[in-house]
Amino acid sequence: MIKQITAAGVVVLLVAAAAYAALFVAPTERSMGLIQRIFYLHVSSAWTAFIAFFICFIANLIYVFSRKPRWDWLGVSSAEVGLAFTTIVLITGPIWAHPVWGIWWTWDARLTSTFVLWLLYVSYLLLRTLVEEPDRRALLSALFGIFAFLDVPLVFGAIRWWRTQHPQPVIMGAPGSGLDPRMRAVLLFCWLAMMALMALLMRQRYQLEAMRGEVELIQREVEGL
Amino acid sequence: MKNLDSVLAAYLIGWGVFFAYFISVARRTSALREEIERLKNSLNRGK
Repeated sequence: MIKQITAAGVVVLLVAAAAYAALFVAPTERSMGLIQRIFYLHVSSAWTAFIAFFICFIANLIYVFSRKPRWDWLGVSSAEVGLAFTTIVLITGPIWAHPVWGIWWTWDARLTSTFVLWLLYVSYLLLRTLVEEPDRRALLSALFGIFAFLDVPLVFGAIRWWRTQHPQPVIMGAPGSGLDPRMRAVLLFCWLAMMALMALLMRQRYQLEAMRGEVELIQREVEGL
Repeated sequence: MKNLDSVLAAYLIGWGVFFAYFISVARRTSALREEIERLKNSLNRGK
């Protein structure tokens, strides 16, 4: 318990320091001004969501071959946490877009594929509520999770392959693109904080899923009496 | 300080979502703990 509180404390401090760096340490961008500071929360959340969905994809693949419940627990935990981070991306994006583009939303390839990604993982979680039998639920959701992950490379590539309203990438982008070194340092620090937050949330969620597995086991025993 | 309100809104909503999610997981965990205790008791009574 003390370990968990310490870990949570460290994560809260990291997130607070990242917010301070994003709001006060990073230089103000020349053309967009203050509103560009949303970038640090928006981009670091998007990258973290990709990592969470990748963990979900790997866990789903391993579950299909091993059928061990702990991979199903990891799959659902990472999907839910990834969904929380994608929600942040979908909320902060329009708040940033409105003063810069003059519109809240447009159905370009990046925004649409991100929205579809969010819908896919909502469906993944909904699917789990529809199947009662644990093994069948785990297998069906693992197969669906593998399919859902196919949208992640599409989201990543959308601004590289097609012309979009969404800005071109500043990291791993075309030659000539890039970030001011101080902005890059702040972005990487924000990402580190988000990754720590992801690990904390995923651990909590995994414990919950493991307990749910225990409940289902006891319920079967009670019903068998 | 143009757009300061939008920047603050984005960060506050962002933290709010994480906080709400954290609370939701904690609540579900505590409800499950109670359920496990209840089930264990009924299992012991049945034996």
